[in-house]
Amino acid sequence: MNITIPKLPLDKLIVALLDMLTTNFAFITKALSNITGIAIDFIVNGLMLFPPLLLILILAGLGWWLAGRKIGIMALVGLALLWNLRLWQSSIETVTLVILATCAAVALGLPLGILAALFPRFKKIIMPILDFMQTMPAFVYLIPAIPFFGLGPVSAIFATVIFAMPPTIRLTILGIIKVPEELIEAADSFGCNKKQKLLKIQLPLAIPTIMAGINQTIMLALSMVVIAAMIGAGGLGGEVWKAIQRLQPGMGFEAGIAIVILAMLLDRITQKIGQKYK
Amino acid sequence: MDEIKDKIKIKNVTKVFGKHPEKALKLLDEGMSKDEIFQKTGQAVGLNNVNFNVREGEILVVMGLSGSGKSTLIRCVNRLIEPTAGSTIIDDVDVNKLTIDELRNLRRRKFGMVFQNFGLFPHRTVLANTEFGLEIQNVDPAERQKKAMDALNLVGLEGWEDADIAQLSGGMQQRVGLARALAVDPDILLMDEAFSALDPMIRRDMQHELITLQERMKKTILFVSHDLDEALKIGDRIVLMKDGRVIQIGTGEEILTNPSTEYVKRFVESVDRTQLLTAKSIMNKARAVGYPKDGPRTVLRRMRDEGLSSLYVVQRDYTLLGIVTADAAKKAIDDNKNTIADIIDKDIPHVKGDELLSVVITILAERQLALPVVDENEKLLGVVVKGSVLSALAE
Repeated sequence: MNITIPKLPLDKLIVALLDMLTTNFAFITKALSNITGIAIDFIVNGLMLFPPLLLILILAGLGWWLAGRKIGIMALVGLALLWNLRLWQSSIETVTLVILATCAAVALGLPLGILAALFPRFKKIIMPILDFMQTMPAFVYLIPAIPFFGLGPVSAIFATVIFAMPPTIRLTILGIIKVPEELIEAADSFGCNKKQKLLKIQLPLAIPTIMAGINQTIMLALSMVVIAAMIGAGGLGGEVWKAIQRLQPGMGFEAGIAIVILAMLLDRITQKIGQKYK
Repeated sequence: MDEIKDKIKIKNVTKVFGKHPEKALKLLDEGMSKDEIFQKTGQAVGLNNVNFNVREGEILVVMGLSGSGKSTLIRCVNRLIEPTAGSTIIDDVDVNKLTIDELRNLRRRKFGMVFQNFGLFPHRTVLANTEFGLEIQNVDPAERQKKAMDALNLVGLEGWEDADIAQLSGGMQQRVGLARALAVDPDILLMDEAFSALDPMIRRDMQHELITLQERMKKTILFVSHDLDEALKIGDRIVLMKDGRVIQIGTGEEILTNPSTEYVKRFVESVDRTQLLTAKSIMNKARAVGYPKDGPRTVLRRMRDEGLSSLYVVQRDYTLLGIVTADAAKKAIDDNKNTIADIIDKDIPHVKGDELLSVVITILAERQLALPVVDENEKLLGVVVKGSVLSALAE
């Protein structure tokens, strides 16, 4: 005998919730979407105004200055390869999305991390949410992004921020919490108030750890921006997506290698910046 | 002279760690021990009804082994740890009744604290560390820097102000810690095992320096230590603690000569003898002496009889004048001198009878001859030779 237990209407509940949010808040998100869209276009078009080779030299120089000669040369060779493979515009688009998403993720994640570190109760609330954000398959975020922000790069940024923010929050919490007890006692013994303690002791000492979190956020943002090509984010992910649809492995690998090069450059440079604070 | 004021009065201070301190307090009242209470309630008693006063301008050392509650106690004074019961009165103000803002102000004005592992901020230079307390008080940068530089000079760190903390040795780091505490010109210095993390040599230097500084500063210093030698050296008075209780209060001398319990007695036995024994207690009688009117031949014979190469010269009332060596006596014979009065070497080291053995050792180390011991009127009491020091230490 078959007993059928009725399925819980979890999907319907979520859809109802999303519908409610869309109808009530779409005007905000659409406005946000427009502004972000304009910002993306502005940055991409601005960067495309430079002759690619000049920009490559500038970026390589910047890499040298920030992270040393080896990485400067790596940047020069890597970026030149991107340009040679005719992937320059796609790369610019991808990097723009990564940078915007990272900025938003850090702008939100850093204060949340600080709050969680200072208020254990808030930390208790935020930790399971972070677990949820990180383990939920990244694709799923793309679906609700569309009704809020429409198809295209803005939705991609929204999904990317959610996916890439947890490391910044987590490592901000860690960086602040692991400041040695004796230093906190020393600060207290001189009569620090909470703000002085945070700004003069806890945050400066947490910077290397926070930078490691931001580095992770950038890496996750890059991977998500590529996935977001499925909802029309364009960029290098778009090239990969095209290659999949047309079954062109050569083209797919070219774009894939370009992503690896960008990932390595972003990773090495941000790591070096983080080390400077140690 | 003015009556010495009590700067800090610690009254019935009790600290219980755990979620239900009231249970432990009740059992403490019933006279249960720390261990029994922990077994029964899971509450850890850190301090049990501690009472003592710290006098203005004295160094009071709170002394005990780890777990005795001494670090908890020093933190209860400025409420880095909240005491469960009791009151701490500083200049007629009960610290435990202050609001958070008042407490913060009190910490800024009255306290400088020095920590066992220095507690320096690694992201700040030596100067920026020293300025910290003033910065917190929003003192303007020029004045802040001046005061910090003064404090650094005081601890002998001039020229190091731009160094990173990591560049400094342990001893120098703790000097920064001390300068940081002194820069705010506090009435009270709280020093938590301040020298315990340092090498023995550096530790002795720092102890000595603290005493020297204190002669000028006259701060009220509450110093926590697990080292009885250190307590005896720097403490005007010592509070001995065990299991969160005070078991004896007194000067070093009082505790050594009159230990209140078997525990204190055992503790005292482990003390470094060079810090305890005095010159008087290990000296020998001078076997022979010379007088200024003696002739050189007489003293030379006396030396030969006793197998000595020199002789201390005293007046009739035994006031020490100096020393005559065999070589000088022989030369006086050749020069046809009648008395030894002219050949006395008057510039000789000597120690008072109550000088500590540690000092005697350092003087003896640089000297071939025996060391004369005198009383307060410069009268010769006896001599210390290297052999008697060694046998005293070996006991």
